[in-house]
Amino acid sequence: MSESGTPLLELSEVTLRFGGVTAINDVSFSVADKELFAIIGPNGAGKTSIFNTISQVYRPQEGDIRWRGDSIMGTRPDRIAKLGIARTFQNIELFPQMTVIDNLLTGHHVRMQRSWLAGALWFGPAKAEEIASRRKVEDIIDFLEIGRWRKHPVALLPYGFQKRVELGRALAMEPELLLLDEPVAGMNLEETEDMARFILDIQRELGISMVLVEHDMGLVMDIADRVMVLDFGTKIAEGTPAEVQNDPAVIAAYLGSEFASTSEASKT
Amino acid sequence: MFGRPNLYTSYEQESQIFSTWTQKVLAAFGILLLFLLPFDIPAITTKIPGTGWLADIPVLGRVFSWSIGDGIPLVRFLGDADWLRPMTTVFMLAIAALGLNILSGVAGQVSLGHAFFMGVGACTGVFLGGESSEALYGLGLPIWIWLPGAGIAAVLIGIIVSPVAVKLRGLYLAIVTLGLVFVGIHLGNTSWGRKIAGPPALGRKYPELDIRLWKEEDPLINVSDDGRWLWFDVTDAQKRYLLYLVLAIAFAFVAKNIIRSRTGRALQAIRDRDIAAEVMGVPEFKYKLIAFAISSFFAGVAGALFAALSGQILAEAFGLFLSVEFIAILLIGGAGTTSGTLIGTFFVVMIPQFVEEITKWLDKSEGPIGGTVGELILTDGSGDLGVINTSTVTPGWTLSVFDWNIVLFGVLIIVFLIVEPLGLFGIWVKVRNYWKRWPFSY
Repeated sequence: MSESGTPLLELSEVTLRFGGVTAINDVSFSVADKELFAIIGPNGAGKTSIFNTISQVYRPQEGDIRWRGDSIMGTRPDRIAKLGIARTFQNIELFPQMTVIDNLLTGHHVRMQRSWLAGALWFGPAKAEEIASRRKVEDIIDFLEIGRWRKHPVALLPYGFQKRVELGRALAMEPELLLLDEPVAGMNLEETEDMARFILDIQRELGISMVLVEHDMGLVMDIADRVMVLDFGTKIAEGTPAEVQNDPAVIAAYLGSEFASTSEASKT
Repeated sequence: MFGRPNLYTSYEQESQIFSTWTQKVLAAFGILLLFLLPFDIPAITTKIPGTGWLADIPVLGRVFSWSIGDGIPLVRFLGDADWLRPMTTVFMLAIAALGLNILSGVAGQVSLGHAFFMGVGACTGVFLGGESSEALYGLGLPIWIWLPGAGIAAVLIGIIVSPVAVKLRGLYLAIVTLGLVFVGIHLGNTSWGRKIAGPPALGRKYPELDIRLWKEEDPLINVSDDGRWLWFDVTDAQKRYLLYLVLAIAFAFVAKNIIRSRTGRALQAIRDRDIAAEVMGVPEFKYKLIAFAISSFFAGVAGALFAALSGQILAEAFGLFLSVEFIAILLIGGAGTTSGTLIGTFFVVMIPQFVEEITKWLDKSEGPIGGTVGELILTDGSGDLGVINTSTVTPGWTLSVFDWNIVLFGVLIIVFLIVEPLGLFGIWVKVRNYWKRWPFSY
């Protein structure tokens, strides 16, 4: 983590409104290279909205979002993907009728060059690219241990594996930053531990930075490098897991203000 | 040859259209058979000697006399000029259907305007290739200009329309494209439309399919007259059949290649989840435009071939019924699959032929089957059934062949939507998987 250099991703004073509702209010944070940054907060705090502003599905009214120092405000979502920002979704957004391999290859779409015309002829460049892509996708399938589902349409897969395939599709985009929206929501302990292992492997072996939105506090506090807490669209705390856990504003947001004062009292 | 059907030893092998030896052999055999179909091959078309006694069996005999006595019914069109034209139609419509399959089946954009784009192609073809006169426009260019030109013109019109179409989806898109069909027929009736498409209800002579280098007298390859190709005597109908077959095979491979490559996956992604596709780096607008352009090109070329096959262009031919026929093809064959589209086209075009043959046969047989059924309906229900008789009604039948076809399409679409949404392709996959596992059920 080099705090001195330009951060990978930087949001400064971003505000997003839907009519009269302020979904994100003046939020700033930055993600450094190879960092695992977590965003937590109660339901409706604006966590997913932050992801949607980063991938420019929503256009914030105020503030600036910078990727390696350059503003990406107003860039089309598909260009954002090409820059190297991949994401998964809270409610699985796989392509249900396509097989696991095809889903992953679609993720690899941004890293492929050949036009539809080359594809129509097939022989030559398009074929070579297809095979090279397939090889890369197979590496990801091995990495995530979903080999036995390779040729199944994803709609037929169990929920936990669908989540894994979605992570695989994001990895197939060969990103530098991965936005994970509740990767372990609705999973049992075993599946959660598997997913935690994958997330740590992605950070350490592949060197990809990540922003993680998650409600599972145990997971967040275990694996995150830094944590930001949102409440009603406003940032109320940021720091290492230990710092955030003891922050009175965080305790107030999660448990109510009377608990905040008791924890202060017990600490002193 | 049958080995292990799911064993692939390289990604290259797995990416092939026909990936196993069995498939390769069957595909080669099928294509060869299609090339041989128009010719009279005595070994197949002659009556099998010594089978005459089969016709004497009381009930089955009629079936036998029809099937074996006159040649085998399913391949009866071998060398029979009556069957060449429907088969040629299959190839022509298959090209258009493959285009619509990419737009509607793969990219999920339902279009009822396919007949319109075929009409655009047909008009461009006759404008580029037809002879000019006082009442008609025409440039008299050779086929290698007017046939691709027909496709390109349809693409250009498609691109003009697509900014509206790309923003719509589902029902709204269907209605907008439906409007195109009526706009197209109306345009064909304007004064300059008549100068291209000819007077209404009469039409205009379409350019010949002869392949010329430029406007010279003797064509490089003569398609419009009987003559000799290599060592064979070929009639004009057989020549057309072969030309359309070659084109249909070429277009089928192009369609399949697009679907199995990067573009095809992007289109499927847009069909399944458009916003997720965009976040994954698939520009929605661009790929919908590509789908529209490819589909229009296929339709334009097919439209020109359609008019060339009937020998004249008629604006009314490119109406709503044609568009609906394509929907039937996709639904019956299996939307989104190339082979399903091909089977569907064959089915939709040939079923009327079979219906006609069967009605003819029922009519021919002096037995009581056709007659009694007809009489029963006529005598017992004539009052309720109302107008039954038209000039095309086969004696003994209450509906004309054409009526039967419409009824049949309607019923088939309903049955397939309920029972097998993947169409004939889905049935084929089920049968194939059953035999792959046989004799084990799991």
